[in-house]
Amino acid sequence: MSQPKVPVWVNLALIPFINIMLAFLVSALVILAIGENPIEAAGYLVYGAFGYEEGIGYTLYYATNLIFTGLAVSIAFKAGIFNIGGEGQAYIGGLGVGLVCLAVDQTMPFYVIVPLAIIGGAAFGAAWAYIPAYLSARRGSHVVITTIMFNFIASSLMVYLMVNWLKQEGRMSPNSRTFEESAWLPYMHEMLAAIGINIEQSPLNASFLWALICCVLIWGLVWHTRWGYQLRTVGTNATAAVYAGIDNGKVTIWVMLISGALAGFVGLNEIMGVHHSLLLNFTAGFGFAGIAVSLMGRNHPVGIILAAILFGALYQGGSELAFEIPSITPEIVVVIQGLVILFSGALEHMCKDRVEAFFTRTSAA
Amino acid sequence: MNNTTSPYAIELRDISKRFGAVQANKDICLQVPAGTVHGIIGENGAGKSTLMSIIYGFYEADTGDIEVGGELVNIRTSEDAIRFGIGMVHQHFMLVENFTVLENVVLGAEGGAMLKGGLDAARKELKRLEQEYNLDVDVDAVVEDLPVGLQQRVEILKALYRGAKILILDEPTGVLTPQEADHLFRILKSLKEQGVTVMIITHKLREIMASTDNVSVMRQGQMVAHRVTAETDKEELAELMVGKKVRLVVDKEEAQPTNVALSAKNLSWFDEQGVKRLKDVSLELKAGEIVGIAGVSGNGQSELLNALSGITPLSDGEIHFNGEVITAKNKKNASQMRDLKMAHVPEDRHKMGLVTGFEAYEAAILGYHNSEAYNGKILLDRKAMLDECNERMQKWDVRPADPFLKTANFSGGNQQKIVIAREVEQNPDVLLIGQPTRGVDIGAIENIHEEIVKLRDSGKAILLVSVELDEIMALSDRIIVMFDGAVVGEIDAKDADERTLGLMMANALNEEETAGGQA
Repeated sequence: MSQPKVPVWVNLALIPFINIMLAFLVSALVILAIGENPIEAAGYLVYGAFGYEEGIGYTLYYATNLIFTGLAVSIAFKAGIFNIGGEGQAYIGGLGVGLVCLAVDQTMPFYVIVPLAIIGGAAFGAAWAYIPAYLSARRGSHVVITTIMFNFIASSLMVYLMVNWLKQEGRMSPNSRTFEESAWLPYMHEMLAAIGINIEQSPLNASFLWALICCVLIWGLVWHTRWGYQLRTVGTNATAAVYAGIDNGKVTIWVMLISGALAGFVGLNEIMGVHHSLLLNFTAGFGFAGIAVSLMGRNHPVGIILAAILFGALYQGGSELAFEIPSITPEIVVVIQGLVILFSGALEHMCKDRVEAFFTRTSAA
Repeated sequence: MNNTTSPYAIELRDISKRFGAVQANKDICLQVPAGTVHGIIGENGAGKSTLMSIIYGFYEADTGDIEVGGELVNIRTSEDAIRFGIGMVHQHFMLVENFTVLENVVLGAEGGAMLKGGLDAARKELKRLEQEYNLDVDVDAVVEDLPVGLQQRVEILKALYRGAKILILDEPTGVLTPQEADHLFRILKSLKEQGVTVMIITHKLREIMASTDNVSVMRQGQMVAHRVTAETDKEELAELMVGKKVRLVVDKEEAQPTNVALSAKNLSWFDEQGVKRLKDVSLELKAGEIVGIAGVSGNGQSELLNALSGITPLSDGEIHFNGEVITAKNKKNASQMRDLKMAHVPEDRHKMGLVTGFEAYEAAILGYHNSEAYNGKILLDRKAMLDECNERMQKWDVRPADPFLKTANFSGGNQQKIVIAREVEQNPDVLLIGQPTRGVDIGAIENIHEEIVKLRDSGKAILLVSVELDEIMALSDRIIVMFDGAVVGEIDAKDADERTLGLMMANALNEEETAGGQA
């Protein structure tokens, strides 16, 4: 019996929209409970994220990280692997970027450093993902467990490295020295100024463009190459993959390598683009938020860009909100972000069945 | 609720059900007299299962009435159905395998927070039911240790324990040997004698003739005929089912086998639990012949296909094929076997043969996705894939001929054509083909059988695995019988009949009886 079909836009647009609205509804109740006006709060949030050039810059700067981690989660997910380790892979990837910059910033020109840093970030992120991937593919350990654990290991490893090896001599804070300017990614406002367009300053930098390029590359890889074909086969029907002579373990490993490399690119944005030095905690939970971005973006690059911008707006608009209404503390903003992740990620299927049933019933009548 | 105002245990009036564009049931009227065995027969996709799902409360009908025992009822869930005394035995048993029979029977009717009381009461009640209906089962046996025939009996007991007066059996003999099936029919008879009304859904004519009092025929969502079983015959029913005359035999010439295309020697395979599932199987396939593997499903046929096609590595033994000797050490995976010109139509097209989420043109290259024909330097050559898919859809009459349709949305027969076309068009030397017509309409069956014979006549070696004895007997030139992972006999197709094969499949054939059949 062929199942009745639900219109495509229901799954792609309506259900995510309902999920976000539910999250906002609960957020509004939280804000009401504090004694503030939710409409006013929403106004600040939207204005903060999109109301002025600097705000938009910040929104897209956050979105850059989320595109990288969202793509990382989604490509693994396409192969049926739940890579929760984006946070750790981003952290170690950033270490790779930072080490490349520290090693060559005094001797090499910008156009050599950039490709080296991309390779460095990718290689370190991929290497960090390789271990759980190998254990999963060849030793049967569960990739969710191992990747979570590797987040903790990455975090501890970074503290150790920063404090004992990479900290600048004679300084109290665990930061490396600042890179030479040859290892700084150009800011968007600088690049636009060079072609005669003046916008306000913001941390948005060239890595945003690389994120968009990665979206195109991943789209091509997944939907238009034989490797993507194998990956999707493994992800949707592992038995058929064996029947087709595809080595599931091998696919698992190289998909995780790509996934880790993508997460590692967060380092380009944070380390090379903004901080210009190695430091602690620059990943700030973007690795985890990438899971929600990927889910909400339906594991498709276009969806991921849109979802990343939404979450970027929440980050940026949220800090604006906390600034404008002091009784809404940054913690409440985190609550709102958490609610959006909860409703669009964890509770993804809460409304799905009912909405789909509604449409199948109406189309059946 | 079983008042005697109505002679019918169940009566359906003008039941209609639509799924999107598909009218699954249209104005179905059906009267099942109390205390009879009633068959519902029709091709796959005729709407039988939908109708039963409506009776059992899985779906709600769009329009129409259901009366049980003369009372108008509204069945919205399966709990409602059970309350009205309707029980269902599904094609795939709904049993908890590592529970005992007793525990399975009380499942969902435990009666209280502590198990003991419910179990004791159930034990007593089961004893009564077993005696009343001649259903012997060891109530303390663990279900997974029981043969399928007994598992089915547990399902029947489960329904009776819940007070079922109307029992629906969905394709009950799919997993049984002919002997087990006969036993089932005897059980049904005694159920009938005790006043239980039985409805059997099937697409097998033999069962209808053997076990029912009345039969209703469905075609394309409609009830097309009601017959008293004693007043009809197989030919008439088949015609009603299909709507045209069908040939029950396959037209083919005598096989002209030539050289040996593949030979397997002492193939063995141990599963993950270390159980020997394939026991020293040896066989030879010659070019230009069809060798059928008969056996009750689960007796090593699937393992044999997997071992030959490279899906599972051998534990022992060797395969000689196109100049290669494949052993436990010298492994070849499925892709390497394809390169050696072996094609494989797997038994389960949903699990293995297709990726149902893929569009047809994508599913049409599964296993051959690395072939130069479909690849540019980096990207897949979409145009080549589409052109070829279109061409094959025309040639194999796949409907709808839409390469962008998801494979899940094709009917069973058309899905199977996509798979068979994919494998056959690669021009293999050996074709392994499992359950070629499972879930396929009679019209398409004919078509698929013709193609298989055509392939044989073009000098290919074909290994056919099927649970349909009719199919094995109609297509094969030689028949090999498997039981419990081993080859237990070989017989020339000309000498095979259902009875002999059935006995061989149950490994019950005495030595003196084999004398005539052994090749």
